Amino acid sequence: MAETMLAADGTPLKRSLARALRRQKLRALALIAPLLIFVLITFIVPIASMLFRSVENDIVANTLPYTVEALADWDATGTDLPPEPVFEAMFYDMFLAAEAKRHTRLGTRLNYEQTGISSLFRQSGRRMDDIADISYEPLEDLDKSWDDGETWYALFNARGDIDSDLLDAQRKRIAALTDGDTSADINFAPDAQLSALLPLAAREYTAWAVYVATQNNRDPADRDPWESVAPALVTDLQTADLSRYSGPMADMLRAAQQAALPAPDYAAAFADMDDDWARPQPWQTIQTHSSAYTSGYFLNAVDAQKTPEGVAWQPEEKQILLTLFGRTIWMSLLITFSCIALGYPIAWLLANLPMRQANLLLILVLLPFWTSLLVRTSAWKVMLQQQGVINDVLVWIGFVADDGRLIMINNQFGTIVAMTHILLPFMILPMYSVMQTIPPSYLRAAKSLGATNWTAFWRVYFPQSVPGIGAGSILVFILAIGYYITPEIVGGTKGVFISNRIAYHISSSLNWGLAAALGTILLAAVLVLYWAYDKIVGIDNVKLG
Amino acid sequence: MKLTKTLLATTALTLASGTAFADGHMASDMTLVSWGGAYQNSQQKAYVEPYLEMNEGVTAVWDESSAEAVAKLRAMNEAGSVTWDVVDVVAADAIRLCDEGLALEIDPEEDLAAAPDGTSAEDDFGDLLVSDCFIPQIVYSTTFGYRTDLVGDTPPTEVCAVFDTETYPGKRSLEKRPINNMEWALLCDGVAKDDVYDVLATEEGQQQALDKLATIKDDVIWWSAGADTPQLLADGEVIMGSTYNGRLFAAIEEQKQPIGMLWDAQVFDLDGWIIPTGLSPEREARARDFIKFATDTQRLADQAKYISYGPARASSAPLVGQHAELGIDMAPHMPTDPDNAQNTFLYNYEFWADYRDDIDAKFQAWLAQ
Repeated sequence: MAETMLAADGTPLKRSLARALRRQKLRALALIAPLLIFVLITFIVPIASMLFRSVENDIVANTLPYTVEALADWDATGTDLPPEPVFEAMFYDMFLAAEAKRHTRLGTRLNYEQTGISSLFRQSGRRMDDIADISYEPLEDLDKSWDDGETWYALFNARGDIDSDLLDAQRKRIAALTDGDTSADINFAPDAQLSALLPLAAREYTAWAVYVATQNNRDPADRDPWESVAPALVTDLQTADLSRYSGPMADMLRAAQQAALPAPDYAAAFADMDDDWARPQPWQTIQTHSSAYTSGYFLNAVDAQKTPEGVAWQPEEKQILLTLFGRTIWMSLLITFSCIALGYPIAWLLANLPMRQANLLLILVLLPFWTSLLVRTSAWKVMLQQQGVINDVLVWIGFVADDGRLIMINNQFGTIVAMTHILLPFMILPMYSVMQTIPPSYLRAAKSLGATNWTAFWRVYFPQSVPGIGAGSILVFILAIGYYITPEIVGGTKGVFISNRIAYHISSSLNWGLAAALGTILLAAVLVLYWAYDKIVGIDNVKLG
Repeated sequence: MKLTKTLLATTALTLASGTAFADGHMASDMTLVSWGGAYQNSQQKAYVEPYLEMNEGVTAVWDESSAEAVAKLRAMNEAGSVTWDVVDVVAADAIRLCDEGLALEIDPEEDLAAAPDGTSAEDDFGDLLVSDCFIPQIVYSTTFGYRTDLVGDTPPTEVCAVFDTETYPGKRSLEKRPINNMEWALLCDGVAKDDVYDVLATEEGQQQALDKLATIKDDVIWWSAGADTPQLLADGEVIMGSTYNGRLFAAIEEQKQPIGMLWDAQVFDLDGWIIPTGLSPEREARARDFIKFATDTQRLADQAKYISYGPARASSAPLVGQHAELGIDMAPHMPTDPDNAQNTFLYNYEFWADYRDDIDAKFQAWLAQ
């Protein structure tokens, strides 16, 4: 039987050792903690949250919650319009969104999917009051007290049981719509009896009360509600059974019911506002893109789109992104290879010259590296353009005719030349540091054993320099694939990369979801290529120095 | 409940006193966002310096980020910390910022100064108030310049010369985006000016415009920065090209390049201020105070001393004088000058807000073919 070994203080040695080790690890962790936290906060978190945007799509359901619910059962593939309840839900969603100024934001989002929705939403938002007035004005004419906020407050504020489900639901609705906090005390609670009797009006009044109290810091008790409560009340009164109701405003409610005030015909009112609402397309777009998470941006990123019938290609005249992905990878590879071809001899020279000359040469390599990227790119413009230095020289020596000047910029050639130049140091430096470690005696040994110059180089020197080529290639390729400024300036129309489209969607079209999807694909492509490199050459074979 | 009411009453009181003793409740520093270069300089001279002189202890810092203002403001807003107080943007961007809820709505009657003759700000700016959040400063135009020494004896007088490669052989520079180019293409393909946007709203119309552009595709250098065309013209790389009229003015009058202006079918656009949402009350009060001063009649007229963009107020036009350094009359160099504005186009904000992404995708796909 093995006896447990004990440490000096009597605890088992194993545990005592483990504790000491753990303490050491914790100390090490504490030492790197600042850096780790810094990297997490400034690098990983923003990138992760940006990538998350490529699938995030809760804006539709947050802005139009009841419409999305009402649309769920509608068959979007047909040519029929959605039923009346959808229009009704849309009116109340849209009214609230317009008051919160959120409808235009949704319009922008949906305009990425269907051209024209942006202005449809913007203009419709302005005209929601007109629809509300269909009921509001007759109601006000019937009894002036309806114009008074206190009437509404007295009607809906709880006397007996509170409908806390309704209140919670409306707090959530406003919180989702405004991204704000709606948990504050609002000095109002919906009456359970009234919300059973007049569900729509109670819902809209509660939504309003939550909104003014939490977003505008106003007391709902002495403010007038939005006009949308009037059509809600009139709609409710069409079916409400008031015979047993004896609470406040009972007479006013009965009078309003008997007067049979006009409730808006929501579908007709929307069609009247804009013909587009009387077409199925906007409704199809809303329904197709209503889920909280979407694959839509990724589909858009590969020239496809979501339709009510399923996934389909974009129309041919809009297909551009796959071409750009292909071009980006192809040109980055070309640039990497031209960097290898140009950089290898220089690195070899650097490694084999005497220290003095090598240092001078190294400074020449580094000098452009210290110059601004923009300056170097602009310099290439001056060199390569048709009235530029190279063409002038060629014309002067009679190599080309004056009217036959070469086109070397604003095309792929320009991008490849400028980027090869800019990225060359990233290839030369790792190659140089690897070649420095190859003893010259190996080459001499090979030759003394009878190898020709070529065999000695190819069989002895080159295999040892491969780790440098690998490191340089990975650096150059990964940098090239994300390049944006240089292709933008010298790339013309055929020399631009996918990053130029990403930049466009980040800063111009504001379609951050699509930009994030494009970025994610680019990142995935780099990782796949890295993996392939590991499989083919082996990542252990990479040396940065 | 009592507490809420007391609180509300105090808030109302603070607000009331805030307007009464405005100065005591205004922030003492501002961050202004603009485009840099000659334009920002004109703003600095025409209204920032006078404003700082009037308000001792106030400091202003510039941030040259207008080109990325929309994206940056959106990011700041999401991060919950807006560091800009007044932002200079083109009207299309102002509309988008307003749509996104990132810019404050402005009441022209209350927030802007009336003209000296009493005309209300709303009437003085007129149609140029294209968004509820936008306070226009200047009217600029995107138009063509041509090399006077390379176009032969008959300099171009109308925009369709751009599409006429027989009479005017050589390269042209056009902006690498569909806006303006599509309109010019349709105009020169026989579409009446009033019908351009109706035609452009259809697939066939978009194809028609691209087909027209295709006739000169091999002769075009596409630019993306406003400084490109003047540079290309100066180098003789192109014989004509589109850019902002102020850039051409600088090349012609300040750098004395052999360039002529082709004002035909120039496209008017607006540049102006917005105030971001989410500012503290003190900073917002300062921003409003500055805007009211900076967009009054005299200030906008002063700006035209430094740059050839037309003031956005009708009442400023008669006050436009001479260039501060060159001493030349500025009026004939304004895009709004009657001689220059014989045939003009107004950028259609509503149309491009809707169609921009759709047509841009088609345009870029067409370019890549």
